[in-house]
Amino acid sequence: MAELTGKYLVGVYDDDDTVLHAVPRLRKAGVKIQEVYSPFPIHGLDEALGHPRTRIGIAAFMFGVTGCCVALTLMIWTMGIDWPMIIGGKDPISIPNYIPITFELTVLFTAFGMVTTFFISNGLSPAAHNHKRFDVRSTDNKFVMAIDMGRNSMSEDEISRVLRDSGAEEVNIKQF
Amino acid sequence: MHVTSPVREPLIQGGKTYADVTEDICRHVEGAPTKEWKIAFGISLVVLAYGSVCLAWTWWEGLGVWGLNKTVGWAWDITNFVWWVGIGHAGTLISAILLLFRQKWRTSINRAAEAMTIFAVICAASFILMHMGRPWMAYWALPLPNVFGSLWVNFNSPLVWDVFAISTYFSVSLVFWYIGLIPDLATIRDRATSKISRLMYGTFAMGWDGSAKTWARYEYISLILAGLSTPLVLSVHTIVSMDFATSVIPGWHTTIFPPYFVAGAIFSGFAMVQNLMLITRVVYRLEDYITLEHIETMNKVITLTGSVVGVAYITEFFIAWYSGVEYEYYAFFNRMTGPYWWAYWAMMTCNVISPQLFWSRKLRRSITFTFFISVVVNIGMWFERFVIIVTSLHRDYIPSSWAMFSPTMYDIGDYIFSFGLFFTLFLLFSKYLPVVNMAEVKAVIRSTSANLPKKIAGVAKVRQQGTAEPAFNKDSE
Repeated sequence: MAELTGKYLVGVYDDDDTVLHAVPRLRKAGVKIQEVYSPFPIHGLDEALGHPRTRIGIAAFMFGVTGCCVALTLMIWTMGIDWPMIIGGKDPISIPNYIPITFELTVLFTAFGMVTTFFISNGLSPAAHNHKRFDVRSTDNKFVMAIDMGRNSMSEDEISRVLRDSGAEEVNIKQF
Repeated sequence: MHVTSPVREPLIQGGKTYADVTEDICRHVEGAPTKEWKIAFGISLVVLAYGSVCLAWTWWEGLGVWGLNKTVGWAWDITNFVWWVGIGHAGTLISAILLLFRQKWRTSINRAAEAMTIFAVICAASFILMHMGRPWMAYWALPLPNVFGSLWVNFNSPLVWDVFAISTYFSVSLVFWYIGLIPDLATIRDRATSKISRLMYGTFAMGWDGSAKTWARYEYISLILAGLSTPLVLSVHTIVSMDFATSVIPGWHTTIFPPYFVAGAIFSGFAMVQNLMLITRVVYRLEDYITLEHIETMNKVITLTGSVVGVAYITEFFIAWYSGVEYEYYAFFNRMTGPYWWAYWAMMTCNVISPQLFWSRKLRRSITFTFFISVVVNIGMWFERFVIIVTSLHRDYIPSSWAMFSPTMYDIGDYIFSFGLFFTLFLLFSKYLPVVNMAEVKAVIRSTSANLPKKIAGVAKVRQQGTAEPAFNKDSE
């Protein structure tokens, strides 16, 4: 997450449907929206804002493949190459017996890798605990739309009129 | 827009607004501990202290303090381990499998159920450490390079699979639970008035701001974690059952074990969730969030899995006779009519008969009766593991070595330890963390709550003002 600087217009909505309908309306009017903050996920909001689809699934798959390879390499090398042993009359390298641990390590690597990627890509870390915020009510019951004045050519009055027309109950100015 | 069938009751009652949800759930986190909580916590600590003394003596003196003998070499320790792991299956089932099935009623209970899962797995793991006798050598179970030459752990052994399964299950469940907690921790952080709680909750909320981009990724990874946890939760008890099934002891050596154990795990897990939630909803006044609908739905799951378990018992018994293997037949006949007949019939009554009573709508909507049956089911599931483990071992191939098992005060004390640990952890959780997932409940209110008509009217008003129809389908979730 980039550090926030400059002047922002902050529209506060009290309903998820209103804010979802406000987004295409504002974009149509030519307003560039920085981001919308909500207390719970609103389906379709990221598409409406024009955010690209997340690629975190690709990362998860790669971590899974890594986990699978690590598990198989570990077991084949230790049981079959480093100290070959015949246990229960089975081949030193008996793949069917390796399936449970291969599965477990695949899941383990995928879960931890994906969640770490998620933290990094969203800038979530314990050090970020006092990050700048537009409106703290966005984790309670308000839906907060931030508009970066530096990126918009329209005037402040014009944008705040569009915001109010789209259903915002408050329009605040936030200077960082 | 949102269409909810009028025949369905709203999931959350009382016409809650978003702010009401925050207020109702945060209230008990922010306030000082109540007197009831302090008393319950005090009792848990005393129980834990007593259990710790017994456990300390077990480790100091050695496993000889248990009632084990050379015939029955596994008894309460493994019974308790399997029992706790089984209980630890409900949380991830509720949060993962029910997420994939789009069962929205899970949102009110998934937080507490997942917490219960994590604590139950900790209790289960404590029995693994206990039965090693020398817990400081527990790392020998890991594939580490060592000083005894390059001798590695045996990856063909289900006991080693279990090490990987339990530790993966524990850590992935913990991650899933924590991911779900982050938005709610942020809510508490933003409401916090004292510096210390802002710092504590803020640190764990990790700067969460609820931006649309974060939520989109959050939902995506929740879905993948659910997809990963679903086979994981099934694999864990499958592998636990293989600890028995891959041996050649009559009574253990059966292919039915994995599905039978998994069904039993879900059965006992839901019973434990019922027990905890029925208490939590009263203590924290969450009757609007955990409604009779929730209780009834969980009772239906208990009846289903209880029936699966019942069918498994009967199948196992039939196959023991039908196989024509006399040792196998004897093992089962001995369970039923041998010296441990009372354990077998306690198991049959508690697990096969009692959940069938929930076919009556009146009974499955009765809170007192639900609580009673949940306790009965948990007792029955403990006896199931005891029957499988002890009665299969106590009469082996040589009649001269037949023996009985009787627990000593250290068997009992170590079991008490796990209860103390479990309730201490659960009480700490229920005081310092939100017991209901606020973000998810707010999202279900949107489409199911009683104030829905008002919201549709609000949207219609916006539309009349000439809003362009959004170019996406909101209900395509």
